[in-house]
Amino acid sequence: MAGVKGSLAVDLNGVGFPLPVLAASGCFGTGRELAGLAGLHRLGGIVTRSLTYNATKGSPTPRVAESPSGIVSSVGIQNPGVRGFIAEELPRLQRIGLPVLVSVAGSSLEEYIRVTRALEGHPGIVALEVYLSCADDERDGMPFYSRIDRIAEVVGAVSRLSRFPVFVKLPALLPSLLETARACVRAGAHGLTLIDAVPGMVIDVGKLRPRLGSATGGLSGPAIRPIAVGAVFEVASALRDVPIMGVGGIATGEDAVEFLLAGAWAVQVGTAMLVNPSAPAEIVQGILRYLKTKGLGSPADLRGRLRLIRSPGEAAP
Amino acid sequence: MKRVKAEILSVRKLGGYQSLTLVSPEIAERARPGQFLAVAMPDDRRFLLRRHFSIHQASRRGGWAGAIEFVFNPSGAGTEWLAEMKAHQFLDVIGPLGKAFAYPQRLNRCLLVSEGYGASSIYFLAQELRARGKRVDMIVGAESEQFVLKPIEGKRLSQTIEIVTADGSIGRRGAVADALAPVAEACGAQVVYAAGPRRMLRAVAEFCMERQIPSQIVVEEQMACGLGLCFTCVVPVIRKDGSGYDNLRACTDGPVFNPARVLWDRWMGSEPTMLPTPPEGFPVVRSWPG
Repeated sequence: MAGVKGSLAVDLNGVGFPLPVLAASGCFGTGRELAGLAGLHRLGGIVTRSLTYNATKGSPTPRVAESPSGIVSSVGIQNPGVRGFIAEELPRLQRIGLPVLVSVAGSSLEEYIRVTRALEGHPGIVALEVYLSCADDERDGMPFYSRIDRIAEVVGAVSRLSRFPVFVKLPALLPSLLETARACVRAGAHGLTLIDAVPGMVIDVGKLRPRLGSATGGLSGPAIRPIAVGAVFEVASALRDVPIMGVGGIATGEDAVEFLLAGAWAVQVGTAMLVNPSAPAEIVQGILRYLKTKGLGSPADLRGRLRLIRSPGEAAP
Repeated sequence: MKRVKAEILSVRKLGGYQSLTLVSPEIAERARPGQFLAVAMPDDRRFLLRRHFSIHQASRRGGWAGAIEFVFNPSGAGTEWLAEMKAHQFLDVIGPLGKAFAYPQRLNRCLLVSEGYGASSIYFLAQELRARGKRVDMIVGAESEQFVLKPIEGKRLSQTIEIVTADGSIGRRGAVADALAPVAEACGAQVVYAAGPRRMLRAVAEFCMERQIPSQIVVEEQMACGLGLCFTCVVPVIRKDGSGYDNLRACTDGPVFNPARVLWDRWMGSEPTMLPTPPEGFPVVRSWPG
């Protein structure tokens, strides 16, 4: 088994994961819920729920509604605050022994900085993931991702302050995803996580009411997979040296391979884990089977192997 | 908590409800009243989330040992699919999940209040309380006769039973809340348990707080995972020391709660932005059991 693990390990320019499948932000609880159920050692790493500086209560309920092949949810970044996390949850996550990526959130530039500072120097953390879908109190509650200069400001501050490598989680539906990705890298990001949940809404027509307590939420699950694969492909084709973690509706090994072929260096699993806590282990098995049938040695070998349809007459490389 | 592929032993129609009995000794052995099951939906990924059902019956002994039953109202895409299932097919089930009801140690006379399919976990509780030598009285409420779950079973499990329906098609016409005071007085209730919709639970909570009767409720919250991962099924619960409240997960911190500690205004959600933090703090609540 050790040999198998070794062959599946991935290296994201210095950030190593034993397996290419991680638990996405907000889908792993507080580190003790899955005890005895999922094969935890069959995970490449864990992205924590997003942390703010002070504890956050989150959105009103109901917080989740189903839609075709997806869920729309709004938890409103309920979390114990970064200090509460360090005191209670981080030690539990460390005991699991997997690489931990901490998702950093905030409602102002200052809050991102304070969360980043509080996390500095804690063992067990291998990287930060900047979450940009919170409302920006300094910009009338528009989400941080809505302006490139604001993204660069936040990412720049977090990357400069932190000794940890910084990944930036971006939504797909931006005026120019590629330009935004470039701005993140210029600001100091180590890599990118693509994509964040797609903004959405479900309405109960019988009651004339939104199905979520906060009216709108984020769509996740298989419904957004093609959007996510497309986003990864767009960015990865242009920024070949920037590590990308693909996330969005991955539930099987084949889904994950789609992302790896599109150019992702690793993948994260979110919604599928809520339904099937051993999904990551099954996805790892699926990737392994695929690599075997194609005679490839590691997930990294899939990057750039996508055969694009060329117009007749164009020479093959 | 176990994840199993459970064979369906039988499918029954119970008035407006559907009942499924599964074979799962692993789950039946551990199941306690108040706990629930998470049942996976079909593999085609049309609808994703597991559906969560209170455990209605778990047989640990006898000819039915290892069987586990749950009851549901086929009213949405997932439950309608479940209602079509046949005996000998298999379901992917995780359970038992959540915290169970606590049993009183000293107190003896228990009043069990339920509405709709809330009766499902209440009957299981009645059985366990009687096995511990407690007196059980019940109020069972529903929209109409067809939504009164197993009325004969209810009679068998209780000393007295008051059936209340909104349309008067069986039992007394009216609301569960109106039956509370007379029934509680008649049976001398020392402990109250309740399961059902929020409005009824709140009426029970207010009644019990006013009379200082220890009580427990099981909540029906919309859950995504049921495993404590996603934080979607939260209930605002006042801290033990009264210093504020926390949004606790119904799936792992509940679904059984002490209603005196639920922040009802907030949970009923009429004013989602309201954040009551009285300067003097919340009242400190005596912890279970009385």
